[in-house]
Amino acid sequence: MSLFDHKVSELHEKLHKKELKVTDLVDESYKRISEVEEKVQAFLTLDEEKARETAKQMDEKLGTDESKGLLFGMPIGVKDNIVTKGLRTTCASKILENFDPIYDATVVNKLNQAETVTIGKLNMDEFAMGSSNENSAYKKTRNPWSIDRVPGGSSGGSAASVAAGEVLFSLGSDTGGSIRQPASFCGVVGMKPTYGRVSRFGLVAFASSLDQIGPITRTVEDNAYLLQAISGLDPMDSTSANVAVPRFVESLTGDIRGLKIAVPKEYLGEGVQEEVRQSVLDALKVLENLGATWEEVSLPHSKYALAAYYLLSSSEASANLARFDGVRYGYRTENAESLIDLYKKTRAEGFGEEVKRRIMLGTFALSSGYYDAYYKKAQKVRTLIKNDFEEVFKKYDVIVGPTTPTPAFKLDENTKDPLTMYANDILTIPVNLAGVPGISVPCGFINELPLGLQIIGKHFDESTVYRVAHAFEQATEFHKQKPGL
Amino acid sequence: MSRISPDQVKHVANLARLAITEEETEKFTNQLDAIISFAEQLNEINTDGVEPTSHVLDMKNVMREDIPQEGLPQSEVLKNAPEHQDGQVKVPSIME
Repeated sequence: MSLFDHKVSELHEKLHKKELKVTDLVDESYKRISEVEEKVQAFLTLDEEKARETAKQMDEKLGTDESKGLLFGMPIGVKDNIVTKGLRTTCASKILENFDPIYDATVVNKLNQAETVTIGKLNMDEFAMGSSNENSAYKKTRNPWSIDRVPGGSSGGSAASVAAGEVLFSLGSDTGGSIRQPASFCGVVGMKPTYGRVSRFGLVAFASSLDQIGPITRTVEDNAYLLQAISGLDPMDSTSANVAVPRFVESLTGDIRGLKIAVPKEYLGEGVQEEVRQSVLDALKVLENLGATWEEVSLPHSKYALAAYYLLSSSEASANLARFDGVRYGYRTENAESLIDLYKKTRAEGFGEEVKRRIMLGTFALSSGYYDAYYKKAQKVRTLIKNDFEEVFKKYDVIVGPTTPTPAFKLDENTKDPLTMYANDILTIPVNLAGVPGISVPCGFINELPLGLQIIGKHFDESTVYRVAHAFEQATEFHKQKPGL
Repeated sequence: MSRISPDQVKHVANLARLAITEEETEKFTNQLDAIISFAEQLNEINTDGVEPTSHVLDMKNVMREDIPQEGLPQSEVLKNAPEHQDGQVKVPSIME
């Protein structure tokens, strides 16, 4: 039994009563890392010395008013595209190999205020572009349930480290499914909050109109606590929303009687593996037994989401990644003949293949003569996709479906054709395009590989999403299973 | 018919400030062609009169008071620069 089999609220009580020390929790993290990291490969950088030192200092405060904060002393992992002052942040890219951030992201400031302990920085697909972690310039994180399979991506390290018990919980980021898809593949709980709920200041931008930071945890309750800690308006991010942050955990009542669930037929149709479909239907029975009702609906523009997403996200990425030019920070080529040559060679040597492909696609879609046909067209389709969700939410409280069309696939299985890899995200991408919140909770297994149930809510209604996810979790046993690493 | 030519790929790579090899030119031509062909399914949808969405939340021009604040120290800002001199970032000659 690991200490991390306990919920945050239980660990907090033990700490505050001095039955447990922060050093015990930090020891647990690094002990587990020493046991399994060689197989899992979830971390890019460990912050062991500082974490142990911090833990010792925090132990002095136990039992006082200063240890009253719920997250006080909890070991966390942070995705490597979230900047951490003085702690190397690479985005899993060679171009940021030695990047030493000079400020903390707002979410990191908030974690510091809540006094969590940062264990290290987690692997990802380079600049969050990918669905398998195979696009990392440094290592390929493995799925703790089956180490010849991918953990999903792009927050693969964030999900795998939690599933493997290396940290209690972690932060990831989600642009088209990058929290929910790896959470599904690794059998943990991953939330992409409403766009604007969490500040993006200090999150290295991929697609600014879609990116959102969110928590990956073992339980829905822990997830609600962690989101609570990182949410809110931030003057440093003008797209963060001036919307009150409710106490999410208060919505975990277990009561979903009368709840109206919409199940889009497009989410259980073509491309979705039969066993995945069946496990979602089983999950719907569980929710029905708890007093909810469900009906089939249509999100008619779903099939166009993937194409619209790749045009929009790549266009935004091509602009955002222009800053990596070898001038102010990051890698610089050694054999430049002129400034333009410096840019071109630095970027050619520093970026990996998938990042280059998306920069090329985005630059093409924004270029003179093609802007209206591709970029603007995709923005219009985005409006239609958003309207689909708004229409359904007029009558229903949540939308439920699978998180992914299949369980985790094998390494190298999908690397040859970019379009096959992109298709992993068909069920998560529309949620980012609409900007609504979505969670993945464990809902079953196929051949000992976990599956996730996706629950999608209205803008800024994470509370209802959590309420449904929690009720489902409490009525099932899937979250109690652990990978046999 | 091919939607994108090797010359276009080279043009786009130049716009994106990416040096690409002949081999990459060929690969990107094929791959971008496939992705763009896939994206053309969007033309099946009539979007006449539909407003484009660039941002999902209805917010515009977020303003704040213009109060001077201390910036980051120069030494910190230059810490990650690959090359600097006399407090300035250094780059190769910008004139031919």
